[in-house]
Amino acid sequence: MNQATIAVSILWAFIFAYAILGSVDFGAGFWALVYDRNKNTRAAQIANRYLSPSWEVTNVFLVLIAVALVGFFPKAAYWFGTVLIVPVSLVLILLTVRSSFMVYSYSTSRFSRILRWISGLTGVLIPGLLLSVLPISLGGFVEVTENAQPHLLFGKLLRSPTEYSHLAFGITSELFLATLFLSDYAHEADDLSTYRVYRKAAKWLGPLTLATAVLATYTMAPEAEWIVSRIGEQWPWFLASVVSFGIGYSALWWKRKAGIPGWPRFAVTFVIGQYFLASMGYGIAHLPYLLHPYVTIDEAITNPSTFRALLVSYSIGIAVLAPGFYMFWRLFLKDKKYIGKGPDAEPKA
Amino acid sequence: MDSVVLARALFGTSMAFHIIFATLGVGVPLMIVFAEIMSGITKNPDYSVMAKRWTKAQAILLGVAIPSGTIVGVMLSLLWPGFMEIVGQVISVPFQIEIWAFFLEALFMSIYIYAADRLSRKLRIFSVIMVSLGSAASAVLITNVHAWMNTPTGFKYVDGVVSDVNALKAVFNPSFGVTAFHVVASAFMTGAFCIGSIAAYKLLKRGQPERERIYHRKCLQLALFVGFTCSLATALNGHLTAQMLHNYLPLKLAAAEGLFETTDHAPLEIFGSTNVEEQRVVGGIQIPWVLSFLAADRFDTVVKGLNDFPRELWPPLYVHTLFNLMVVIGTGLLALSFFALFITFIRKRPLPKWMLALLMVGGPLSLIGIETGWIFSCTGRQPWVISGVQLTADAATRSQDIGILFALFIGLYVMLMAITILVMRFYFRRRPIGPELTPLEGR
Repeated sequence: MNQATIAVSILWAFIFAYAILGSVDFGAGFWALVYDRNKNTRAAQIANRYLSPSWEVTNVFLVLIAVALVGFFPKAAYWFGTVLIVPVSLVLILLTVRSSFMVYSYSTSRFSRILRWISGLTGVLIPGLLLSVLPISLGGFVEVTENAQPHLLFGKLLRSPTEYSHLAFGITSELFLATLFLSDYAHEADDLSTYRVYRKAAKWLGPLTLATAVLATYTMAPEAEWIVSRIGEQWPWFLASVVSFGIGYSALWWKRKAGIPGWPRFAVTFVIGQYFLASMGYGIAHLPYLLHPYVTIDEAITNPSTFRALLVSYSIGIAVLAPGFYMFWRLFLKDKKYIGKGPDAEPKA
Repeated sequence: MDSVVLARALFGTSMAFHIIFATLGVGVPLMIVFAEIMSGITKNPDYSVMAKRWTKAQAILLGVAIPSGTIVGVMLSLLWPGFMEIVGQVISVPFQIEIWAFFLEALFMSIYIYAADRLSRKLRIFSVIMVSLGSAASAVLITNVHAWMNTPTGFKYVDGVVSDVNALKAVFNPSFGVTAFHVVASAFMTGAFCIGSIAAYKLLKRGQPERERIYHRKCLQLALFVGFTCSLATALNGHLTAQMLHNYLPLKLAAAEGLFETTDHAPLEIFGSTNVEEQRVVGGIQIPWVLSFLAADRFDTVVKGLNDFPRELWPPLYVHTLFNLMVVIGTGLLALSFFALFITFIRKRPLPKWMLALLMVGGPLSLIGIETGWIFSCTGRQPWVISGVQLTADAATRSQDIGILFALFIGLYVMLMAITILVMRFYFRRRPIGPELTPLEGR
């Protein structure tokens, strides 16, 4: 593998990590809102249990993507920065409202409900909007003016069906991943009634994600035809992805010795596998372009000296942080007492 | 306004907003560390109450600090694509490591806040030290890029092409050490003075129960110790910063001091405004010879004046006022905390009301010092974004939509500032300090 391929693989790994973590994060915020007033279930509390300690860490992954893009592909950062100024600024505003209002809602009972509504609803839009970077990267929405300035045809994007099918795909995926994750999280804490609530939601969301994924492929802009045919060439990845979906989705019905049917751990793992395989296929089809047809990975890659320094910094960073991540996982994802305890979503401190 | 001015206005406003939360995010965790340590040493439960309440306040601030930091981090690429193209090739490593520091802070902040009751004492202190370390390291690393913008090294830039990159040389550029120290020490100082402000306010209020006054006095004393130590460190380092400016950025020093003619035995000008027609600072207080001494520890040091440089490369001359505000606030707070400590611990008297009143404005003042210091450093670099390498105008986006984005972001910041203040008030009003404190002995 050459440097550009290694760099794009690392970048892709970060994007994938954020896609999953962000989906679960924003989706959990939405479910916390949906079940907020329902006294018969602890679904909202379970969602908040996950969300309170994890949203900051999830947010860092988003910054990590921006920084990795600048570091590995400075020229691509120039293009994306110039082209995406308006949509990304809007996402930033939504993200700020979402995070700060969520924290505020934990800290005050006075406006708690309205704050929770605003943060839940803004959050649900963010993954969808972030996903609309994909159609932009495929071509047809960027114009280069005579003084060599790239610029986004925002109006054209807003009028095109591909934007809305990507938005729909983003939102359904987010909710599906969050329900699966939360069903497993509730199951981990032996909270079977909450598990039942999320399992039920996952049952109808699963097929919907597949439908919107197919819709997104069929509504591609004419300029993006190249990727459709290339996706066809990558059919083994997508076949494996559908199989992985089948296994994960059916795991919701697998029989257990006791209790409610379904193995949520398998379901969430295989569905993450489904997204992994599909995005591998999609990613390979997308290469070598970062922004079709203007920027390829080989043109945009940074110089070898900086590339090596970045790799060293990644290795050291991962080694230093691994124990911290392990501790975090033990305390918030494995501890039955933490997930299950008490009715309040508010921190003790 | 043209798009460059708008881009600067939008980015400057975003930074000015974020820097409040970022600075407190570095300063307050250090105070929590000290409260935890004091609680371990003295076994006095008041200190663990302090740690808990400051942590809660910090958790609310983080709700804004993290998204606003995300905004500026991403906005760099949106507003300054030409700049980030060079940054990416030359100095992306500190940005990258900053993310690891950010992770460290976020992971352990959650662990400290949400798992405190499941951790041993040692692990709890370890977690909050990691938070403090992570936030201070973020500050150092981001300052690294800022220092490199002032004194860029480690690459060549000819006709828009970057070559001969030496990442280590770029990181260890000449102003990195002094500037990073300055930023971290002043952030620690600001955290301490802000906490001191609240304690002073509570002590000034009439009719507070004696038990609560004892608690607030302890808060104030801890804040004064940290505030004094860190403002002393900031001031001493400020002297080194002046020497760095003298050696590497003489034009910035000349603009900061309103010095037009190159001269030895150069005077220090305090306040007043720099007047180009009269070629001097009008209405200021002049202290002869001192600038030369500050620049290189000798009165006969020759300090370069503005007239030695082409006019089109001058930064705006109002940076003199920004520079003065920063220095005067820093020195004032140093003196104030010194006298307050002297009265408390040497003369063993309660602090007089007027001094408490001054300490009450200490926190806001130190935030103003932080703001003016940053604006001075960035405006004093103009017209360059990377000193001597890239003009700000060449780095900016050409987007025509910044005007509307500017309005949206201003609205966002005003709203967040108002709601943050409201939430803080509601939260602490609903949880008054009284019931959290153990009763006085003998009652």
